[in-house]
Amino acid sequence: MTKLETAKGMRPQRKLRDGVHVPKVTLAHGGGGKAMRDLIDDVFVSVFDNPMLAPLEDQARIRLADLARHGDRLAFTSDSFVVDPIEFPGGDIGKLAICGTVNDLAVGGAKPLYLSCSVIIEEGVEVDLLRRVARSMAATAASAGIAIVTGDTKVVGHGSCDKLFINTAGIGVIRDGLDLGAHRAEVGDAILVNGLLGDHGAAILGARGDLCLESTIESDCAPLNGLIDALLDACPEVKFIRDATRGGLATVVNEIAEASGVGIELDERATPFREEVKGFCEILGLDPLYLANEGKIVAVVPAAAAERARAAMASHPLGRDAAIIGYVTQGIAGRVVMQTHFGGKRIVDMLVGEQLPRIC
Amino acid sequence: MKYVDEFREPERVGALLEAIAALTGKVVAERGRPLHIMEVCGGHTHAIFKYGIAKMLPAEIELVHGPGCPVCVLPIGQVDDCVAIAETPGVIFTTFGDAMRVPGSKKSLLQAKAEGADIRMVYSPLDALALARANPEREVVFFGLGFETTMPATAFTILQAEAEQIRNFSLFCNHITIIPTMQALLESPDLNLDGFIGPGHVSMIIGMRPYQFIAEKYRLPLVVAGFEPLDILHSLWMVVKQLAEGRAEIENQYGRVVPVDGNVAALDAIGRVFELREFFEWRGLGSIDHSGVRMRKAYAHFDAERKFAVPSQRVADPQSCQCGDVLKGLIKPRQCKVFGTTCTPEMPLGALMVSSEGACAAYYQYGDFESRNGNLVVDAA
Repeated sequence: MTKLETAKGMRPQRKLRDGVHVPKVTLAHGGGGKAMRDLIDDVFVSVFDNPMLAPLEDQARIRLADLARHGDRLAFTSDSFVVDPIEFPGGDIGKLAICGTVNDLAVGGAKPLYLSCSVIIEEGVEVDLLRRVARSMAATAASAGIAIVTGDTKVVGHGSCDKLFINTAGIGVIRDGLDLGAHRAEVGDAILVNGLLGDHGAAILGARGDLCLESTIESDCAPLNGLIDALLDACPEVKFIRDATRGGLATVVNEIAEASGVGIELDERATPFREEVKGFCEILGLDPLYLANEGKIVAVVPAAAAERARAAMASHPLGRDAAIIGYVTQGIAGRVVMQTHFGGKRIVDMLVGEQLPRIC
Repeated sequence: MKYVDEFREPERVGALLEAIAALTGKVVAERGRPLHIMEVCGGHTHAIFKYGIAKMLPAEIELVHGPGCPVCVLPIGQVDDCVAIAETPGVIFTTFGDAMRVPGSKKSLLQAKAEGADIRMVYSPLDALALARANPEREVVFFGLGFETTMPATAFTILQAEAEQIRNFSLFCNHITIIPTMQALLESPDLNLDGFIGPGHVSMIIGMRPYQFIAEKYRLPLVVAGFEPLDILHSLWMVVKQLAEGRAEIENQYGRVVPVDGNVAALDAIGRVFELREFFEWRGLGSIDHSGVRMRKAYAHFDAERKFAVPSQRVADPQSCQCGDVLKGLIKPRQCKVFGTTCTPEMPLGALMVSSEGACAAYYQYGDFESRNGNLVVDAA
């Protein structure tokens, strides 16, 4: 928090303007005038609440010295969020927008520090929905120890976007000496995950409502910088970390196999899935290996350090079900194979497009 | 949902595999050649690859992947008709998910959707009917496809639409029926089979009796099977056991789901709504008599073929495409000239590469990644 206190001295706090008193966003809120300022102040600035954002300059100003204290390299990333539905069991688009960018920084070994937040709002969206999303962003940012320091708001006409799109970009600083990379996997290395897979994908599909399936599955959406800190502190030998978002576990493991030119063998019995997610996939003809996660990482660790890495993750609340799920092998380069629960072996390939449910 | 892993217990696998191997050895010694067993249903093909079953079996059992994937046997002309209907102004076109990617002569439904057609994926025809209720100013068309498995749901939906007097709903009927198809396959002169793994879900509707002719006329064993890996191994053991004992019978491994007489209420609904077409065009297999159904006259007002001017043009399969030979089990997917080169899941040329139940897509996705026996030399060629 010292950075923010330093920042406080940089610029005088600007007085917040009137609130928004209409129930829905109109094109007037994007016009650049008073209505827009009211919307930004009322909905976003008031809850994001930090001294670097408050002056509403066109840019956030960050002291290089503050960054350099954390490491020797800057990490910079950007992600856009267009999820449907906006609110789903276990989260909403706001929480997702913070976690996604925080995690993209953290998996590179960076300490996430500052975020931008740009929202594109379709006219007609309820102001209360925006308020809920903004509050959720603020709460998630606070729990991840990161500040939203700059942003932008646009309002577009009906049909030009689907309710609400959010882009967040983030900067962080990478620990000295750390060099994580997908190309570093070698024969014998272990593949680890920090918990149950596929919850987010299943929660979103269930929440869309067009499947008429009731489920209790919640998204696993969470900022993972704390967990990754714990992992790297206990196990600096970690070679690679990636969050298994779109395309799920299967996609990340394939990326590792391809980048390192190695084979990978996963063990279905060791790979953790929630019973409900397995059942959900059985009914719909989907493969949970390809379901999205928003709070799960895949890590490559030398075999000798694998158990220590697993234990470090398991001691963190977001890693309770951490598991060693496979090993890098001398198999065909770029090929991922899974030893099935049943005793057979199957290839786990990259997905071509979206997973489409089977007819029967 | 529980009871997933119970049907995949690895402890039971070893014993079954040993029993299969012992019986296979006996039969192969008598016949002096490997056994060819066809799994008719695409769901079985998918499971066989997903669980790595083919690789666990004795080398002398060759699994032949049958024509039972309704998406895979969809002819190009039919996809063109779907696109034409979907692109009609005012139409909401609804379909099952994996029909979206099947290539037409110009485009797939997925491409038509990207170009602006209102095409929506549904899980049940009742979802399409709900769309019709919610959008009275639009015409909602459901693309009905599948064997007897999906036919009852479509029939009940039509009966429901009739009861509610919903007039902005119609069905583009491409349902097909299994028995004439198996009959055509069995009449094919170059077919070389020793037995069948029969379809589980279709049989749940039609029951066991319609298969009797396979045992009586063609002297081949058929075992209706469930879709869990243990179901499939158990059924294979039953087929090989029949061969070893010189029997040719229709047996039911999937008794927990398939009644001998099928589902009478579902058959009744099918009978009320549908009638056999004289012939139906199959991708790769050509025209097969009485293998498709259309809507009866009484329900003509729900028939998209009558409501819309569908082009109904027959479009020949690409010449290089050997889907038909694969469907008949004459060649393995890898032996097709275009497999993995001009025909891949990204750019499918033949329908067998489109659906995850298609033999080619299964081969491509789950592949033969380690040498098992001499057959693989042919496979890899």
